[in-house]
Amino acid sequence: MKHTIEQLGKRTVNALEELGYAASLLYQSLYWLVLGKLHRQPVNLPLIATQMMQVGVSATLIVVVLCFSVGMMLAIQGLETLKPYGAQTQVVTGIALAVTREFAALITGIIVAGRSGSAIAARIGTMQESQEIDALRVIGINPVRYLAAPALLAMVLVMPVLTLFGMFMGMFGASVYTFYELGMPIEIYMSRSFEVISLSDLLQGLSKSMLFALLIVLVSVINGFQVKGGAEGVGLATTRSVVMSISAIVIADMIFTFFITRL
Amino acid sequence: MSRSQQSTPTYKDMQGSSLAIRVSDLLTHYDGRVILNNVSLEVEQGEIMVIMGGSGSGKSTLLRYMLGLEKPSAGHIELLGKDITCMNDNELHHMMKNIGVSFQGGALFGSMTVAENIQLPLKEHTKLDQKTMQIMSQMKLEVVNLAGFENLMPSQLSGGMVKRAALARAIILDPRLLFFDEPSAGLDPVVSAELDELILRLRDAMNMTIVVVTHELDSAFKIADRITILDRGEILMCGTVDEVRNSDNQRIYNLLHRQPRTDTVNVDEYLQRLTGENVND
Repeated sequence: MKHTIEQLGKRTVNALEELGYAASLLYQSLYWLVLGKLHRQPVNLPLIATQMMQVGVSATLIVVVLCFSVGMMLAIQGLETLKPYGAQTQVVTGIALAVTREFAALITGIIVAGRSGSAIAARIGTMQESQEIDALRVIGINPVRYLAAPALLAMVLVMPVLTLFGMFMGMFGASVYTFYELGMPIEIYMSRSFEVISLSDLLQGLSKSMLFALLIVLVSVINGFQVKGGAEGVGLATTRSVVMSISAIVIADMIFTFFITRL
Repeated sequence: MSRSQQSTPTYKDMQGSSLAIRVSDLLTHYDGRVILNNVSLEVEQGEIMVIMGGSGSGKSTLLRYMLGLEKPSAGHIELLGKDITCMNDNELHHMMKNIGVSFQGGALFGSMTVAENIQLPLKEHTKLDQKTMQIMSQMKLEVVNLAGFENLMPSQLSGGMVKRAALARAIILDPRLLFFDEPSAGLDPVVSAELDELILRLRDAMNMTIVVVTHELDSAFKIADRITILDRGEILMCGTVDEVRNSDNQRIYNLLHRQPRTDTVNVDEYLQRLTGENVND
């Protein structure tokens, strides 16, 4: 019993420590992004561009394919569900809102967490193990400025763009199946979808994607910096980073949606 | 032939020498365990100080504290007259311009070419144009006999080449203090001897203060002006090569003559370590 309480206490303290570390990391990253130039230590622009390429451009295809598939899947389910009520054309409204508010941001977040979040954790973890982080520090380069801040800005800029692609592809996927099932022309389906979506729906999806971007970078960077124990440690940190990022995204999505629907 | 017997002037022969590094009463902990216990050390400008000791003696830990990578539990570390234990990030950033470090594994950035690695401190601390930075990195590569390898990635270099590239990066800003962590580790005797010569040339040509952490006896005796011997987190001795060689301290004798430890085991302490209980209770 004493042992269980001790373990629980330790885990609580560790979780609180990590939360504090995440807050400090976010503060430091924002500090360097905003005030770095003032201290003649600006965040490296080519590094941000490289990160944007890695996070964004390289992930576009997989986001497009998965969001297209999810849209099509929603159309299959929607049409089947609405068939008994003769309300199949209402599928357009349902999918447009679901994809814009929810699915595009969620699917993109999960893909980026698995793809880019793990890459960030593995890269920083490997650098930690090979003393490259120490080398940065003795050169006079703050590791947060050099590694975390560019990744954070790149991710926050790229995720909404990817999510926009995801939204479009989700609706396009649904329109393709609806055309096949109901014979509704794709351009009609798409124009109806755009009529249904309001600016607040769009902003809801995009602001979620930015929140997910923050969570992915913070979780990945924290896990990367905490690597210990060689190659095995890097592997563990990478796995932990993906699991924690996806969990954080789903839980944050739930909380965010709960509050935003009550506004 | 030991370093003290060679004709090259040692730090003591140099005019106007003063302290480059002062470590005072350094106390450090890790997981509640004392790692360095009241360590005090002084290194003169232009001196090559070798820190020796067995595995787990605390020599690499001491180096990390001297580089400002960790904050001590107590004590002070002055580099070039400034206490780095009290510095904020900005002050440390400026101090690092005066420091070059060659890590045990080189710590070259795997995503950059050799030239990009070497130019990184220049990009960080100067506003030189790309052409000038290229020329400077080329010069340093010549110094470490690595000309022609600037466009290779670190993964394409041998162990000795990685150490030399790391050294080129460490000296790119012509630092006043140069730190080496195990320069000879993992290298064959010939490459190791070449690196020793390089360290001596750097000190003589650029009057750098150099601190070398190693457990390679031959290398230490060849390059050192003075040697500090660490054992179990405490300084056993600090003296010239001859003083260390002639020491009658048993633990130093064991280290120099590769003798196993002969410490007597405290049975009570041993049992307590095994069982986690005090056997006298």
